[in-house]
Amino acid sequence: MRIELERRPGHSALFSVLSPFIALGLTVVAGAIMFTALDKNPIDALYSFFIEPLTEVWSLHELAIKAAPLILIAVGLSVCFRSNNWNIGAEGQFIIGGVTGSILPIMVHQWDSWLVLPVMLIMGMIGGAAYAAIPALLKTRFNTNEILSSLMLVYVAQLFLDWIVRGPWRNPEGFNFPESREFDVEAILPELLPASGRADLGIIFAVVATLLTWFMMRYMLRGFEVSVLGQSARAGRFAGFSANKMVFFAFLFSGALAGLAGISEVSGSIEQLQPVISPGYGFTAIIVAFLGRLNPLGIFAAGLILALTYLGGEAAQISIGLPDKIARVFQGLLLFFVLACDTLIHYRVRLKFVAHAEPAGEGA
Amino acid sequence: MKKTLLAITAAAVVSLGATAAQAATKVCFVYVGSKTDGGWTQAHDIGRQELQAHFGDKIETPYLENVAEGPDAERAIERFARSGCELIFTTSFGFMEPTLDVAKKFPDVKFEHATGYKTSDNVTSYNSRFYQGRYIQGQIAGKISKTGVAGYIASFPIPEVVRGINSFLLGAQSVNPDFKIKVVWVNSWFDAGKEADAAKALVDQGVDILTQHTDSTAPMQVAAERGINAFGQASDMIEAGPNTQLTAIIDSWGPYYIKRTQAMMDGTWKSQSTWDGLIDGILTMAPYTNMPDDVKQMAMETEAKITNGEMHPFTGPVTKQDGSEWLKGGEVADDGTLLGMNFYVMGVDDKLPQ
Amino acid sequence: MELIVAVLLTVTTAATPLLLAAMGELVVERSGVLNLGVEGMIVVGAVVAFAMAQISGNPYLGALCGALAGCAFSLLFGFLSLTLVTNQVATGLALTILGLGLSGMIGENFVGQPGVQLEPIAIPLLSSLPLVGPLVFNQDIIFYLSILSVVGVSWFLFRTRIGLQLRAIGDSHGSAHALGISVIKTRYLAVMFGGVCAGLAGAQLSLVYTPQWVENMSAGRGWIALALVVFASWRPLRVLAGAYLFGAVTIGQLHAQALGFGIPSQFLSALPYLATIIVLVLISRNRRLTLMNTPASLGQSFVPDR
Repeated sequence: MRIELERRPGHSALFSVLSPFIALGLTVVAGAIMFTALDKNPIDALYSFFIEPLTEVWSLHELAIKAAPLILIAVGLSVCFRSNNWNIGAEGQFIIGGVTGSILPIMVHQWDSWLVLPVMLIMGMIGGAAYAAIPALLKTRFNTNEILSSLMLVYVAQLFLDWIVRGPWRNPEGFNFPESREFDVEAILPELLPASGRADLGIIFAVVATLLTWFMMRYMLRGFEVSVLGQSARAGRFAGFSANKMVFFAFLFSGALAGLAGISEVSGSIEQLQPVISPGYGFTAIIVAFLGRLNPLGIFAAGLILALTYLGGEAAQISIGLPDKIARVFQGLLLFFVLACDTLIHYRVRLKFVAHAEPAGEGA
Repeated sequence: MKKTLLAITAAAVVSLGATAAQAATKVCFVYVGSKTDGGWTQAHDIGRQELQAHFGDKIETPYLENVAEGPDAERAIERFARSGCELIFTTSFGFMEPTLDVAKKFPDVKFEHATGYKTSDNVTSYNSRFYQGRYIQGQIAGKISKTGVAGYIASFPIPEVVRGINSFLLGAQSVNPDFKIKVVWVNSWFDAGKEADAAKALVDQGVDILTQHTDSTAPMQVAAERGINAFGQASDMIEAGPNTQLTAIIDSWGPYYIKRTQAMMDGTWKSQSTWDGLIDGILTMAPYTNMPDDVKQMAMETEAKITNGEMHPFTGPVTKQDGSEWLKGGEVADDGTLLGMNFYVMGVDDKLPQ
Repeated sequence: MELIVAVLLTVTTAATPLLLAAMGELVVERSGVLNLGVEGMIVVGAVVAFAMAQISGNPYLGALCGALAGCAFSLLFGFLSLTLVTNQVATGLALTILGLGLSGMIGENFVGQPGVQLEPIAIPLLSSLPLVGPLVFNQDIIFYLSILSVVGVSWFLFRTRIGLQLRAIGDSHGSAHALGISVIKTRYLAVMFGGVCAGLAGAQLSLVYTPQWVENMSAGRGWIALALVVFASWRPLRVLAGAYLFGAVTIGQLHAQALGFGIPSQFLSALPYLATIIVLVLISRNRRLTLMNTPASLGQSFVPDR
């Protein structure tokens, strides 16, 4: 037996809508089998994964908190990836954004004005963009591969943050523990509905960024430029677009959004700098970008779903004692099924039964 | 099973949550790592198992593993608070602010945060005086080492680690005044490969005793391979080096968890700042092995003296690395200075980032 | 002298897993496929190798099983990205997430057990040479395989017909298909080779480097391996140089610390990464040479037209 794909004339509108649900269905079946094999009640497990986090208001707030940075970063990355620029260092830009945004509340903490917060956010965006400008500069000036340079800069950023919170920015009241001064109230991102949960302005930034990016990609010349240059640099040149300028635009844009995500996280959730401010948002966001098919609206949905699996993993640990490793395996399965089912949008899948088999049909 | 009064009140408080407290009291744990990490988190999890065994089916002890410090921690703790936990142990320094934040919202739930310095009405801070064990190790190293130089594999320059380095060195200098240590920071709590590399680098530079403030057994394996001695960390690492380990500092949180849970059930739980050590059984030493009898004798005597309060590792005269005097003869360091320790004593071959 | 040998031995141990995993990925990328799941394959290889060595007591069987596990795991990537033409970047990342979870699950019962080590095999006569003897001719089997992989891959890519075909596919899968070369089949084989190499790299971690199993023990080495391939501009000998350079800087910074230079350790830890960027910039300034070696259809999916 072998599998053959046949390209559809256009993309299938039916499967565009249907494929996420097929993927979910397959994940549920595979998950049920796995949970049963592990002696866990599959219904309970699936309930705590997908439903329980949605049944309470505070948990919805938490969903927004977890999803906001993923969406912000991924929306920026989608522009980058569409223009064929491979920025995989968003994690580093997130961290540097968090650091530069914190300059004000840490070094000039005496200054209390309503201006503090907007300036912080802008400085965070500038920091993220500036850090992303390094791989862009190296790429345009020295032809340096951006996948590598942006990735290496992640480690550098992590160590820089580590150094600054243990050294120059160490909290003078913190018994020399590795953390910065705590932010004053002016420097803290306000919560949306403090009565019901912790969600802050971060999710609003994510919504705005999603809509603006969607608008840009769809209706503005700049969006067109991104797609053209991404599909063929040659065609872009004929249209009079500059590939080098696009490299900078894409990196600065995604860097700024990653930086905004960074400072929002620091200011909204952590309220001080710590040696580690991201549980890998910058990398997870790459998956979110692709799960959302590089479309801002799709990314918004994908960010929420991925955030849900994190919350669900915890819920399952508590309510049925599912080890967190199994939660991660389950998450990996979900990703695989979603990716696989998206194939249906552009292709018809045929199973052919012939005598000679493809060397490797089904994977492990 | 009879419900305690506390359980009923707690259940009333959290009845808006999905699952109300059942008959058993819930004591919950938030871990920063995996419960089988062979070090820090595993030690806490063994404590949790001892707690569970002690109270049997009177309690339930759910836990969350691999919780990242930051917003994830706050969510995890809040989830526990809402799901009917009455006592929540958060076992990493980075959980301090999230614990305090959640504690504010749930005044009837009790919280215990490990290795921090802040407390509130319903948040206790608890820690262990690991440095007591390091002093004993230092003395052993001072006796055993031929080169007079020990290698110290360190994680992050925080007071906890700096305190350990100083205490180890003071112990060593108490038997060999010229003793030196070389410090290598690996910037990680747990990276077997890096720890092994650091261990090899130190041995190549002539140290003949290794000690570590990181969690994997890799340095012990390297020491065994190179035929020198080493000290275990967080748990007994004798299996990784049967002919290598001199002793190990063992974190034994079990007795503390049992004590505090009992207090909570009795209604005598109060917020406090606990810094227990050898005397409270929160810190124990693995058997003294692979050393001559006289050294063993000395180690056991020191252990006994520290346990009964006769001896304090940080007793003057002690000079700081920069040559200034820290403790006068006979003066004992106060806990405040120890808690925020940010300087080396004379004899450390390293500079602290300031 | 003894010190130099000891230090260099440490460097070879640190460089071997990077070299192996990068060499596998190099072949994969030369065929036009970008598999970002190296980290996941390494960690699965490490846990399976350790588990099998513990169960059977034979580390060689362990290493073999580790390699096979890496291969099996890579087929999952292959099935999705080649047969179902999913996006390679996303699929690779998902593979890493799954690998980290799966390895934790498999290894749960093996944590903390002292492992069986792959012992060095001394090559008669040669191993008694000064300096190179202990360094090159008295090592474990995985080290020899890693060096062999450099020679083998160089020969294969540039001296054999099928190597030429593989490079042709990486440069232009459309033209290669038109010439009658089986694109998908070749790519499957390349991906499997990448899996075997990554699995062996994992086995080196859990059987040689630090003979034990701990969760996430790959600790980012898969990412470094990926970076090395680009760093080496897809040339096998440069991968060898890159892996050893990276290993040398990593070990060197630890020695610098032990000597007590007083430089912040974070700065020293960042050195290997900064060095990689700088060397890459220097290499890639020659635009013509870089373009010549870069597989032009890297990361693009291929579906044969009929």
